[in-house]
Amino acid sequence: MSNEMQRWIKVTKMAKTTLVDAINLALAYEMAADPDVVLLGEDIGVNGGVFRATDGLQKTFGSQRVIDTPLSETLIAGMAIGMAAERLKPVAEIQFMGFIYSVIDQIINHATRLRNRTRGRLSCPMVLRAPFGSGIHAPEHHSESTEALFAHIPGLRVVIPSSPGRGYGLLLAAIRDPDPVIFLEPKRIYRLHKQDIEDNGQALPLDTCFLLREGQDVTLVSWGAMIHETIIAAEQLAAMGMQSEVIDVATLKPLDMQTILDSVAKTGRCVIIHEAARTCGIGAEIAAQLAEQGLMSLFAPVERVTGFDTVMPLFQLEKEYMPNVDRIVAAAKRTLEN
Amino acid sequence: MSHLKPRILKPDQEEVAPQTEPVKTYRVRGIPYFQVLNNVGQPVVEPPDWAQRKNPLVALYKVMLKTRLFDQKSVALQRRGQLGTYASSLGQEAIGAAIGCSMQTDDVLFPAYREYAAQFSRGVSMTEILLYWGGNEQGMNFQHQDKDFPICVPIASHIPHAAGTAYAMKYRGQRRVAVCVFGDGATSKGDFYEALNAAGSMELPLVFVINNNQWAISFSRKHQSKALTLAHKSVAAGIPGEQVDGNDVIALRQRIGLALENARDGRGPTLIEALTYRLCDHTTADNADRYRDSEEVKNQWVNDPLVRLRKHMQILGLWSDQEEKDLNSRYLAEVEQSTRAYLQTPPQPVSSMFDYLYERLPDALNEQRNAAMDQGHQNG
Ligand SMILES: Cc1ncc(C[n+]2csc(CCOP(=O)(O)OP(=O)(O)O)c2C)c(N)n1
Ligand SMILES: [Mg+2]
Repeated sequence: MSNEMQRWIKVTKMAKTTLVDAINLALAYEMAADPDVVLLGEDIGVNGGVFRATDGLQKTFGSQRVIDTPLSETLIAGMAIGMAAERLKPVAEIQFMGFIYSVIDQIINHATRLRNRTRGRLSCPMVLRAPFGSGIHAPEHHSESTEALFAHIPGLRVVIPSSPGRGYGLLLAAIRDPDPVIFLEPKRIYRLHKQDIEDNGQALPLDTCFLLREGQDVTLVSWGAMIHETIIAAEQLAAMGMQSEVIDVATLKPLDMQTILDSVAKTGRCVIIHEAARTCGIGAEIAAQLAEQGLMSLFAPVERVTGFDTVMPLFQLEKEYMPNVDRIVAAAKRTLEN
Repeated sequence: MSHLKPRILKPDQEEVAPQTEPVKTYRVRGIPYFQVLNNVGQPVVEPPDWAQRKNPLVALYKVMLKTRLFDQKSVALQRRGQLGTYASSLGQEAIGAAIGCSMQTDDVLFPAYREYAAQFSRGVSMTEILLYWGGNEQGMNFQHQDKDFPICVPIASHIPHAAGTAYAMKYRGQRRVAVCVFGDGATSKGDFYEALNAAGSMELPLVFVINNNQWAISFSRKHQSKALTLAHKSVAAGIPGEQVDGNDVIALRQRIGLALENARDGRGPTLIEALTYRLCDHTTADNADRYRDSEEVKNQWVNDPLVRLRKHMQILGLWSDQEEKDLNSRYLAEVEQSTRAYLQTPPQPVSSMFDYLYERLPDALNEQRNAAMDQGHQNG
């Protein structure tokens, strides 16, 4: 009986799991099920990752499969590509998204093109994980949300979980996906919520949005940590008699526009919320597609509640940078004035 | 001879005659290693002349002590929730002190984040460093230092900047030098190799200093590279490289000073690997007990660079207990005063997010600036 079978039989319900623990569970599950899965990154071994996402995995699976690399992000991503071409399934960790930019070369020029360049002879089933986003009073360069840079790259999947359950299921899907996936983990909510999840190896679908709340009056579209504020805003709006539909985009690329269009067909109003800077953010893409395909459903202009087009300030001003509940509520109310 | 030399180096040591170079003690496969004092402050070779005089020694000691006391306070502030994540330089103060005291005013320092001693010697204030880790950009707007770069967090990304600045100095025919400091971990990054190579190729007035504190968070020097010494990386770049006892401020001051002179006189770059030890956690967000034997740390305390210099001064009769006490009280008071100034500094205004983005804010951003200020008012 394979490890995977054993795991299936001993399905464990993990009471009260945080997002970061759910990531850990998904990695452990898939490593037990598939010997081709290897992890690489900085401080992921004995230290278990600076957020403990890989805690205990080196002990369980050995240092051949949980690899502490020398300090180089280009190396980590580049090696993952070579491993993936050999049909290993590397899950590479970039310690913080702020240190991922040298890796863009490897992603644009190699990871996302290998299949295309070789007409399918070689491919690149790799996952690049990185914690991102603001809100934990982190030092300089540790708080940005630059998912849009990656969503602009053809051939890449960009996935962002917003809860422990989706963290678990989407990461499993990302690892099993035959193409490169960047999996961005909103570190502000790593330990914010706990949720009962079943460690049963069940993946969630990629390339689809998740409807978190139903309502007729306005569609609130968000992802990652901002889902937290968005749901609070939806509750406040409900208390004022306005029912919001809340959509967690989850996979930003490729974008499941249909779910958003269906919702807007019902509500006629849409507010897009993201922490990232406004210009060329994913909100702009969603708004553009609404203009192309959903214009006739709209009763009001699409609103965006976003970070500013500024350098992410150091943490004394981080609250001023981040979209907050009040701004989301105000934007939703503006759409309802029409 | 050195208690600090990494064990793996032993078979490759060859003694060289100390008198040929006052501070040269041995070589490791072609890379010289320099040390002047042992860990109880006694010379292992004839110390340079300046190291027998009070003023230069006290100047080094002062900045090391100030840094040590500042570090203690900063960690305490972080623990009390009054500072963000903080990177201590505990045990590594000699490197910054030697760099700071070797540089001239017009030179440019490119620090990583453990070089407070160098920054203090160059006019950066304790309040500014606190503001930086306290989440306020004013901590990078040095009031008494207009050339140096601020702390660099993305590892090794500042090294090519130093090459660019050194090029500009050379281009203008100035007798100035760029000094770049980074950790052992940083030497695994392309940025490092690229800048090192360019510095050799372009004969830049640039001094590279590796703070080899034996750890890059949880990853040890031994794992970081199979190179016998990190200074060997200079060989491929065709530039001189050497190891220096990084807890021996006299050796450091001597060798870094010489490297700066060479660079200034047009003789090109040098790579200096300072061998020290990170006596602290990586940062206040780290718990080194997860990956590092506490015995190892305890054993390294005998190499405390402050103790070593103090003992040396005491042996020479240049330093009294009273002077030690006075200097401690003076810096403790300064640290307290700087802390107060930090805690009393108001946050940057919300508008500041926009006001330093461009020389002149593009009109397209006015609306966002106003929105940010409205939101700021609501947040209080
Ligand atoms: C490019 C980059 N990758 C990762 C990090 C996260 N990180 C911060 S410090 C550090 C280790 C640095 O080690 P070293 O260069 O030896 O410097 P030390 O902290 O020991 O002074 C890492 C991996 C970073 N800041 N920048
Ligand atoms: Mg180090």
